[in-house]
Amino acid sequence: MSSTLARTAETRLWPAARLVAGREMRVKLRDKTFLFGTVFYLVFTLGSIVVPTLLGGGPDSVAVATRTDAGRAAADKLVDTGHEVRRVPDDAAAERLVRDGDVDAAVVGDGPDGVKVQAMREAPTDVVEALSVQPEVQLLDPDAIDPVLAALVPLAFALIFLLTTITFGVQIAQSITEEKQTRIVEILVAAVPVRALLVGKILANSLLALGQIVLTALVAVVGTQVAHATTLLTLIGPAIGWFVPFFVVGFVMLAALWAVAGALVSRIEDLASSAGPVQLLVMLPFFLVAFLSQNETALTVLSYVPFAAPTAMPVRLFLGQAQPWEPVLALVLLLATAVAFLLVGARLYEGSLLRTSGRTKLAVAWRHRAR
Amino acid sequence: MLSVSAVNRAFGDRQVLHDVSFTIAPGRMTGFVGVNGAGKTTTMRIILGVLAADSGTVTWHDRPLTRADRQAFGYMPEERGLYPKMRLREQLVYLGRLHGMSAADAGRSCDLLLDRLGLTERAGDLLDTLSLGNQQRAQIAAALVHEPSALVLDEPFSGLDPLAVDVIVAVLREQAARGVPVLFSSHQLDVLERLCDDVVIIDGGRIRAAGSRDELRRTHAGHRVELVVETDAGWLRDLPGVEIVDLDGARAVVELSGAADDQWVLRQALDREPVRVFRPVVPSLAEIFREVTR
Repeated sequence: MSSTLARTAETRLWPAARLVAGREMRVKLRDKTFLFGTVFYLVFTLGSIVVPTLLGGGPDSVAVATRTDAGRAAADKLVDTGHEVRRVPDDAAAERLVRDGDVDAAVVGDGPDGVKVQAMREAPTDVVEALSVQPEVQLLDPDAIDPVLAALVPLAFALIFLLTTITFGVQIAQSITEEKQTRIVEILVAAVPVRALLVGKILANSLLALGQIVLTALVAVVGTQVAHATTLLTLIGPAIGWFVPFFVVGFVMLAALWAVAGALVSRIEDLASSAGPVQLLVMLPFFLVAFLSQNETALTVLSYVPFAAPTAMPVRLFLGQAQPWEPVLALVLLLATAVAFLLVGARLYEGSLLRTSGRTKLAVAWRHRAR
Repeated sequence: MLSVSAVNRAFGDRQVLHDVSFTIAPGRMTGFVGVNGAGKTTTMRIILGVLAADSGTVTWHDRPLTRADRQAFGYMPEERGLYPKMRLREQLVYLGRLHGMSAADAGRSCDLLLDRLGLTERAGDLLDTLSLGNQQRAQIAAALVHEPSALVLDEPFSGLDPLAVDVIVAVLREQAARGVPVLFSSHQLDVLERLCDDVVIIDGGRIRAAGSRDELRRTHAGHRVELVVETDAGWLRDLPGVEIVDLDGARAVVELSGAADDQWVLRQALDREPVRVFRPVVPSLAEIFREVTR
């Protein structure tokens, strides 16, 4: 092919890929099952953030009557210890807020130490502790992060990556097999470059997957606000920030594999067999990251393995184990792998797309390109 | 002018096309005839660039076919299919745009075509809810929506009801009248007989005959003559160089060879009795096909 021809092919690739991506997204966004699934997933995410924090109580909100010096001092102390403080002019107002359920506790001004703590049914331990004089405590093994969170956050990252990549990866594979099964593929291939089909599908599903991730992040932010768990957000914020680029590149890498799985078979019914190995490549890192998150060495290794990096590296960042350069290096490695997979995937896709009878063997797809 | 020149293609060690060459002229309907497995679909796929030739070229207006040229072609593959869960109009507009049309042009062209094919009321229906006949019309619409510069249709009439055949024949004629070269394959020789201007006959991956239908019939007419005399044509048996193909009382079909020239035979007949009919026998496409693929 001469360079002029190559250029023409190049200029035709993107408009066609955009059209393919547009159709792909329209179809998905009109699919009621998909929409229902997404809503359910978001509600589930919101619930999993809000419910535990509500049950765990979160930081208490306290109304403090700041009519006396003792009251003002108590208010400052409570703010320092991370409580949500509402300053009110007198004891009656503070008490009313407690009775109305607007705050968890109140600090009023007529106790033995100049203040008294009020609450509805249970003694607000946190508030009492904050206002008490306590002996000095020396932690011999200070753990920066709550161990419950340290176990839950990796699981959450791994689960989100798993669910999203499988949802949209399967979509890529299905859409490719559908075009083979319905035979429309020959019309498409006659009209646009084969790669435009592949690029369009990967583009559409990456955008949809990213959209879902962004929605999840938004729901997480809203959820933490609702649950007054803003400290959780500050803890996982940087990890989320890194998770997004890792997710996008990781998804594109896997998308190339899903596309090959879809192109190898000619019927949706046969997809399970060819998608099996890809599914394994998604599931295995999930379990490894979820279960080895307490093992620093294992996690360090995983954070550089392309299939596990999208979850393992953000988890290490969250746990404060990673040097600043580490996510950059892991991302570059992931990117290189993704590019390699895309090139190999595109060739296999082209080699198997027009073989509409039965299942194409990988070696055959590699050798016999469509044109 | 779309030309296929010396195209070869093998699948593994099976050579399916041997130096295939023919041309499809603008404004003419070219019928592509051959038995199953003769190489029709492979040739068409190579023209559309869906498949690569091992050697040989396909040219369009005397220069190698580019992807842009092909994008403007209309193609109906042998194995039919559209998106089953997509609305008819939306689907056609999408295909029009994939062929390089703007959304507005694709919409306009689609509406005209749906009207022409009697599908306007089905525009918003999902494809798999259409009747079989309407799905077949939709398939034709998919090949025509982008106002193609050339049409390549693989067995466009197979499985069609007679009514749909008529509609599609009319639509294809309109396309040819627009100056578009139309290539269509078929093994229904009767359809070809009444439809095509030019014929290309392929057998075992080799082109056995190609040219205008009328010219082919003339050149393959040989020296066969039909003769109807007043009473009995039995005397023809005794003429040298005349072989009887069919004899039934006053009517005879004879094959002339060697010295026997048709004017001489006519004079012999007139010497004996009045001649009512004397004409060369033009073979049907089916006969030519059988002859060249023998």
